[in-house]
Amino acid sequence: MTGAAVYSVVQRDLLYAVIGTGVISLILSILFLFLQAPDVALTEAAIGVALTTIIFIITIRNTVRYEEDSNRHSKPASK
Amino acid sequence: MKKILVLSLLAVFGVYLAEVLFKIDFGHQFFLNGVKDFYLTASPDKLKVANVVTSIVVNFRGFDTLGEVTVLFLATTAMSSILYKGRHKLGERAVLFSSSRIVMTGSKLLFPAIILLGVYVFVHGHLTPGGGFQGGVIIATGFLLMLLSYQDYQVSHVVLSVVESLAGITFASIGLIGLLNGGTFLHNFLHTGVLNNLLSGGVIPIIYIAVGFKVGAELTGLIYTALNEKD
Repeated sequence: MTGAAVYSVVQRDLLYAVIGTGVISLILSILFLFLQAPDVALTEAAIGVALTTIIFIITIRNTVRYEEDSNRHSKPASK
Repeated sequence: MKKILVLSLLAVFGVYLAEVLFKIDFGHQFFLNGVKDFYLTASPDKLKVANVVTSIVVNFRGFDTLGEVTVLFLATTAMSSILYKGRHKLGERAVLFSSSRIVMTGSKLLFPAIILLGVYVFVHGHLTPGGGFQGGVIIATGFLLMLLSYQDYQVSHVVLSVVESLAGITFASIGLIGLLNGGTFLHNFLHTGVLNNLLSGGVIPIIYIAVGFKVGAELTGLIYTALNEKD
């Protein structure tokens, strides 16, 4: 999970970074399941893995895919 | 200089966070007395609801849920009003990839199963984990699959807004009927039935079905508007 988080921060290709955040949500939902919170696990799996990832991907499609040097610390997301 | 400032701010924040985290052991019962015992006994005994989370979300804290639904409604409305720029032409929707026949057939097969899963999750919200929000999001994911695979798949905005409004009216009117019957908003005025039955819990299943329809319609409309956005 930490590895996926670091990967999605370091990665310059925003599409791969978004997929990294999706992996974080997936592992988090499995963790919620093990911690006996199936309600939260369902919510995390549905919203974190599917919906947020898709909305980010749609945003990336409408903007730019690769990070530039000038704005290294800000994602060009138009939310 | 800026980096040092940011790092020191993060360090201060981290120290406080770690202090709080290390004070309570993992899995340690922190709230020893409070309302939790009332919830844990009242939801199976009085309300006949097997899922305590549902009984808290919809009945004990139902007014908060109405507020959450309103927040979601306002957020989707705001995003749609920003993104909606007029009707797109048929087949003009820019998808990420042009889908092959395998993807189209597979999503046609999967779509009813996903919708069924979502309906199951919100109909059984008072018995098993899950509920209106989760089921609605699952239904929206099913529509998303169809929208991505088929270029000419259309969702009617009129139908979506009618479903959304009817579900919202159902939620609010059930709350008002409870106010007239029992003196409190969202008072459980129906017969609660037998524990672990599908028709149990009084108004809780009705409210969760309404929430499921509302969330599903809202998120489907949101995805549809975002996918059709032209720049």
